[in-house]
Formats: sequence, structure tokens, C-alpha cells
Amino acid sequence: MVYQGQAGGIDRWRRPLRDSAVATMHIVDRRLNPGGKSLVNRQRFLRRAKAYVSQAVRDSLKDRSIKDLAGEGEVTIRRDAIHEPTLHRAEKGGNRERVLPGNREFLEGDRIKRPDGSSGGGSQPGEGEDQDDFRFALSREEFLDLFLEDLELPDMAKKKLVAGKIEGVRRAGYSTIGNPSNLSVPRTMQKAMSRRIALRRPSGRDLSRIEDAIAEIEGRTVPLPDDDVALERLREERAHIIRRRNLIAYIDPVDLRFRRFEPVPRPVAQAVMFCLMDVSGSMTAHMKDLAKRFFALLHLFLSRCYEHVEVVFIHHTDRAAEVDEETFFYSSVTGGTLVSSALDKLIEVVKDRYSPTDWNIYVAQASDGDTLASDNARVVGLMQDEILPFCQYFAYLEVGREEFASIESATSTTGLWDAYLPVSQANRQFTMRKVSHRREIYPVFRELFQRRGVGERASA
Amino acid sequence: MASVAPAPLFTGSDWDFSLINRIYDTVEPIALQEMKLNIYPNQIEIISAEQMLDAYSSIGMPLFYKHWSFGKQFVTNEMLYRKGLRGLAYELVINSNPCINYLMQENSATMQTLVIAHAAFGHNHFFKNNYVFRQWTDAEGILDYLEFAKRYISQCEERYGQLAVERVLDAAHALMNQGVHRYPRIRPRDMRAEAEREAERQAYRDRIYDDLWRTVPVGAKAAAVPSDERRAALGLPQENILYFLEKTGPRLESWQREILRIVRLIAQYFYPQRQTKAMNEGCATYTHYRIMTILHDRGWITDGAFMEFIQSHTNVVYQPTFDSGHFGGFNPYSLGFGIMSDIERICMNPTAEDREWFSDIAGSRDPVEVLKDIWINYRDESFVSQFLSPHLIRQWRLFKLLDHEGESELRVDAIHDERGYRRIRRALAREYDIARQEPDIQVVDVDLAGDRTLMLEHVVNDGVVLDASDAAMVLQSLANLWGYEVALSEVHGESRKELKSHRCQPQQGWIG
Repeated sequence: MVYQGQAGGIDRWRRPLRDSAVATMHIVDRRLNPGGKSLVNRQRFLRRAKAYVSQAVRDSLKDRSIKDLAGEGEVTIRRDAIHEPTLHRAEKGGNRERVLPGNREFLEGDRIKRPDGSSGGGSQPGEGEDQDDFRFALSREEFLDLFLEDLELPDMAKKKLVAGKIEGVRRAGYSTIGNPSNLSVPRTMQKAMSRRIALRRPSGRDLSRIEDAIAEIEGRTVPLPDDDVALERLREERAHIIRRRNLIAYIDPVDLRFRRFEPVPRPVAQAVMFCLMDVSGSMTAHMKDLAKRFFALLHLFLSRCYEHVEVVFIHHTDRAAEVDEETFFYSSVTGGTLVSSALDKLIEVVKDRYSPTDWNIYVAQASDGDTLASDNARVVGLMQDEILPFCQYFAYLEVGREEFASIESATSTTGLWDAYLPVSQANRQFTMRKVSHRREIYPVFRELFQRRGVGERASA
Repeated sequence: MASVAPAPLFTGSDWDFSLINRIYDTVEPIALQEMKLNIYPNQIEIISAEQMLDAYSSIGMPLFYKHWSFGKQFVTNEMLYRKGLRGLAYELVINSNPCINYLMQENSATMQTLVIAHAAFGHNHFFKNNYVFRQWTDAEGILDYLEFAKRYISQCEERYGQLAVERVLDAAHALMNQGVHRYPRIRPRDMRAEAEREAERQAYRDRIYDDLWRTVPVGAKAAAVPSDERRAALGLPQENILYFLEKTGPRLESWQREILRIVRLIAQYFYPQRQTKAMNEGCATYTHYRIMTILHDRGWITDGAFMEFIQSHTNVVYQPTFDSGHFGGFNPYSLGFGIMSDIERICMNPTAEDREWFSDIAGSRDPVEVLKDIWINYRDESFVSQFLSPHLIRQWRLFKLLDHEGESELRVDAIHDERGYRRIRRALAREYDIARQEPDIQVVDVDLAGDRTLMLEHVVNDGVVLDASDAAMVLQSLANLWGYEVALSEVHGESRKELKSHRCQPQQGWIG
């Protein structure tokens, strides 16, 4: 019952642990085999259903809280988008018969009301899912890829690379010592071959030639006169060849070559993101929530563009302070509104800790737009002369009241908005948008960071 | 005969490789010497849950070509598994020589014993001996062939682009059920030779390729041939649509034909499994039940382990009743095991009724021999129609419903009484007859003189026509492969009256 398999295909599937000549059974431990065999198929499936999955991912924003925005998650797409049709008989119509188990009261000839719909058919009950929906889970990476698809940093971003601590590895030739998994088979064989040639190791062909010759002489029914001498000589030669072949190994430890890797410091792009928010009395909880969502999206996006992202929170009334995240979103401070105070603070922090030559600087400001008119001139001046020159991007988000969502945004303007308008027209890295409802956040965000080609096509 | 165990094989639920070996060595003589099973050599592979999920999504095969539909399978299974809606199978077994058994590492020692008895001996014996498998599948060559298929398709993707290959695969998959020969062929197919043949051909084509031939004018058209001769020359009527396309599709490239062939041969490999679900599972379940009982009787496994086994076994053969709320058809394990246990009863303690119904096996006192003969010579449909006994019909309280198009209510046509036994048995057997459950579709003619329309016919049974929206999509694929118009007409089985017809034009530029 020993299996005689010659074919390469099967041999790869047989790596017996227990190797005895009469075994009828092999055990193979496959647990350590590389997993993820389905990864390619999974990617192909996602590509196939991409249009639907992207839509589902964007829709899922409204169900997710800020915290798990970047997590993995389930999405639902329409089942018919990925339907695989076959030729099969219709579910309804025609004459059918069916045998069922568990008869309790029926007698032959009884009549029963036809059940509704397709229940009792071949559907899979108990899974509690709509038949038209196809649900599955996306990994975090897949989710973010689709979520932030087509977005990119505005192309005015000067990418600054600084030598960071992160170390990468790179190939660095070969070495004579190393890990077995790094063994370079071609290089090793090359070395072995040159050594064998240099030391004149007799090849297998030499040996078999001699053996053939011996066999030929031995096989002769009528011996020739000088056979004995020839045989003697050949046998000696054979012994010599075998000895040399044993002495000079086919592959010797000195032949082994390993791929060598060496660590290299890799330049790291780093960014700092400033969140500026007005926390004066006029900012309602709703407005803060809008701002928070926008900041969360921006942070998510920057984290994917830069290896290292720092966040600085600055809130202001008529005075500004750098605070932690908790305070930023949840504390309330009373006072007037002086936007310039926050800008002063921003400049101070940048000068103090984030040198513009080393850091990519992003600023997102959220406010309801209520500001002291007398302050506006100073705000514009700071913006034009100090802030915009050092930052990659400045986004101003004006948050409005929920109840005026539809009317207000289109018509009225606020003091700050009016002040910023000329700035935004003059500078490409300054953008401003109005938002008054949660559902507008993501579209506005996409609009700001839309890859340029895509954006133009979409608006055309 | 067999000796009593000196000590149980294991007491806890932990296992290691030496225990698996000892379990196998204990089970083997029971299966081979006492039950006299005839099996392929076994190869037992231990895999993790994640690998089991992978295996699920490529229809259980260890290697398979890449296609998005397997990814769809994967995300579905992954979702159900992660939500706890569905557990994973304890094992997976592949009809190959050597027979590959996947065992999950999460199984307890008892479960590993059960699974070895179930798959390594039960399924294995069935694969090697059942006539449908012997007739249709090539256990020796399947893994080599899959390896070839995988390599060939990935080479095609390199040569012609992933999308072009995917289009052909999509179309071929849609016609997979129409890609099997249902009647015995002349010689068994040697999968390994197939792979070599194609490699040779490709090499030959590459060698003799000369661009000059493109410029040679094509000869004049042949005169029209009478229809009978034409149909004979094309091998019509033909039920294997993929085979027909592969051999006669006028616009297909040779690699496209080869892909159709790959899909068709794989469909053919799985065809026996679809015909023998209940028997295959029944055979494996009966085998594991018998072996586990013997192991327990002789003290090889403890009472605790036996209890664990009984619980798992009972879950596997559980059959919900039609009104229980989670009825999803007959459970093949339950049906197969139920009938086989009943056969054992008939052999050992027949009643007068059994003697009347099963005169040839009643009281034969050797159930394993009787069953082994059945495992060799039957498939689900013939198995049910021969061996479903009145005793079982009463026990399961089977009844038969009629659903007629013209009537507003369902009618109970037969119940578990003297008048109903045979009718129920016949009806249940028919539910397992693939030829009746699947539409009977054939290629009947090609309009060679005119616009090369491919004509198909669906012979409608019981007035059940094709699902229209799916049929339209499949016909589109078929038209694309054929390259010209396709017409499918659904005709009444007896009167030959046309009930419905579909036509479809190929999409422009589909064939590259």
C-alpha cells in the first residue's frame, strides 16, 4: 500500500513527518504554511464589486462614531451586483411535488393553504438576512483605501524629508554567514560549481562512462586477450574517481552564500496638524460636533500620508490656549471672540517647536464666524504675512446651526467669512467651506482633497 | 478476534502527532480487517481555522486557479464564521490518490478520532469504490490537473490580460452545470496526459508560428449540407454545452477553448459528488458510528469521550421537521445514515413487512457486506428508490405535497400508510435525480447556411420553465462565447409546443 508518486504536483503535497517504508498513512502539519491563500481572490472580488463597495463605505460614515471611523467594518452591498447566474428552473410556477418529514395531522387528500413567497423553498432560513443584501467585513486597510480613495494632498504641498529614526533594510550583496532562510541558492550553486571545476571533481558522467566500459568488458561472453589488464586499469580509475568524488564535496560549506541585508536610516516625512476652534458661548454642541468630525477626518487622512503626524489643539475665546484633546472638545470657556489670539498662539507654537523646514504644517480652523469686526484687519494681516507662507494647507470650516442648515449657508455671510474671502482668492493653499449638517462633512472633505484630475472632471 | 484495549488511547481532549498515529493505527485494523473496507492510502493534514476558511473558498481543493467568485465565497464564509453563525467543518476530504484529509487543529482528541473514522475510512472507501466515482473521476490525476489548470490560467492572464481571462471564466462558470457528460464515455480521462498534451500543442504552435499565413486568402465556401448530415457532423444534439463550444465555437481562440475545457473537466470531476451526497455522507457516518462504537466497547475510548462523540454525532444527523422553522430540506447525513442503519436492522432483525419488501437482504445477518455492495452500486436516486423502507417512512412521518399551477391550494398526495409508501419513496428518489432537478437543455442545431445562430432547446418538465433573469444573463455569456446569435426555446415535454423563447446577440468586441 505504499504510494508511488512521481509527479511533481503531488510530491509537494507530501512532506511526511513519519517516514517509514511501509506506512499507509502520512501526517503533514500544514499549520505553519503561509496563510492568506484567498487574499488574491479577495482582492479580485473587491475590484469586481468596487463601485458598490465604495458607495457602501461612504454611506457607512453616517453610522460610525469618530472613534471607530478608522476601524474595520461590515459593509452591505446589493447581492445582484455580484450575482453569478446559472441556468436553473424557476422558483415558481409549474407542477411540483415535494416530500417532507414530520407529518402530524395531515391525511391523504387534505388541502393546505399555499405559503407566501418563497418560504419553504430552497432559501436558507435562520440567518436573518435580507436576501437582496450581501454583507461582508472589510479590513481596516481595505476600508481606508476605499474611504480615502482618489484623495491626495494638494499638490502645492512641499514634501519635506528629514532623517528620522525609522530604519529600513536594504539588500547589501552576499555574505558567507547567515540565516538559512536567506540562503541564495543560485549564488551558492555558482560557487560550488566553480570550486568543483577548479578542483577537477570527476562528474557523474565520468563515473558512468567508466562503469559502462567495465560492464561492457564483463559482459563479453568471449573475453579478449587484454581484457584483464584493461579491467584492472578501469577498476583502478573507478576507485580513483569515487575517492575524488567523496573527497571533493558537491556542495561544501565554503560555497554557501546568504543574501545580506543592512539597516539604513530612512527619511521620514512628518506633519503637524493644528486644530483651531472657537469655544466662545456662541458655539453650540452641534457646531463642536461638526468641527470634531472634520478634524477626525483630516487626522485620518494625514496619518495615511505621513508616517508621523502630531496634533496640536488650540482653542480660543478672546484668549487662546494650547490644550489637550479632552479639554478641546468638551470644556466650555466664556468670553468674547478674538480669532487673532488663536493665530498668535499658532505662530508661537510653530516658532517654538515645529520648524517649517522640518515639518509639513496643516491647519484646520473651525468657527461659527462671529468675530469682532475690529479684529479682522489683524487676522488678515497675520494670515497673509506669517501663517500662509509656512503652512502647507489652511482649511477654514465655518460651522452653522443645524436648524438653518438649508437656508443660511447659501445666503448670509459672517464677519470672519467676509474677511477671509479675499485671502482665499489670493492663496491656493487656503480654502474655506461652510457646513451646517453632519452629512455635509464628508462631501466637503472630499471636495477639499479631491485628486485634481478627478475633481475637475466631476465638476465639469 | 480483536483484543480489549490495555488502556484508553487518551483521556483528556489534547492531542499530539503521536496520538494521531496511535488513533489511526487502532482504527485501521477495525476498518480494513473487520469491515474489510478498501481505501486509497491516506494523507492526513493538520490545518488551522484560517486555512480551513481558505480551503472552503476554493471548493475544498488544496490548489485552484484564481477567480473573484472564490473571493466572494471567502468573504461570505469569513463573515458567517466571525459572527458565530456557522461553525467550520471538522474535516475536509479530497477524492484523490492518496486521499487527502484535512483535520482542524482546534478539534479535541475525540473529534480527531471521529474525523479519522469518518473521512479517512468512510469517505475514502466510498470514493474508491462507488461506481459513479470510478466511472467519472480520476483520483490519480486530479491534483496534477489542478496544478496545470492553475498554471495555465495564470499564464493566460500574463499573455492576454486578467480581464480577458476573467470574462471567459465568468462565462464558463455560468455554464458549468451544462458542462458535464451525463452518460458514460468510452475511456477514462487521464488528467496527467491531458496536461502534457496541451503543453506539447502550445510548444508546437509556438514553433510553427509564421505570420505569413495570415495573408493567404481563404478558400471558397463549401456547398450547403443537408440538415441531418450537418447535425451529425457537429455531434448534435449535444447536452454538454461547454464541450460543444470548445470543439466547435467558431470564434474562440485556442486558449479560450482550453479554459472552457478546464472548467468543464472540473465540473465533471464534481459531478459524482452531486449525485451521491446522501450516500457519501451516509457511508462515512455509518462507518464512523460503527468504528466509534467498537472503540468504546473494547475500551479504546473512555465513556466521557464516547458521550462527546454521541453529542456531536446527534447534531450531525439531526433532521428538523418541515414546520420547525429551520427546515432547509433533507439533511444528507440524516437521510443516508438513517437508511443505512435501517438496512442494518433489516439484515439483523427483519419484520414480516421487511421480508416482503426486501426479500433479498432481510435476515442476511451480514449488514456490512450488504452495505458495501450498496456503496458500490448505487447513487442517491437509486438508493432511495430501493431502500427507503415503510418503517422509516413511518418513523420520519414523511408525506408528499402536490403543488399544481392551476390549483389555489397545495394537496397532500400521500402520507405514511399502505397506499402512500411507494408514492412517497418514488417522489423522494426523484428529488435526488439530478437529471430531473436540473433543466434538460441541449444544443440542437446551428444555422450554418444563414447567420450561424446557435439553437438550443429546453425540454420543460412539469411546466417549470427557466428562471428568466438568470437565463438572460447566461445566454448573454453563451452568445459572447459563440460569437453569433443564440436562440433558446423552451418546449413542452410531451406536446413539443413552444412555451417560451429567448434570443440573444453577442456583445461587440467581447472576443478580443
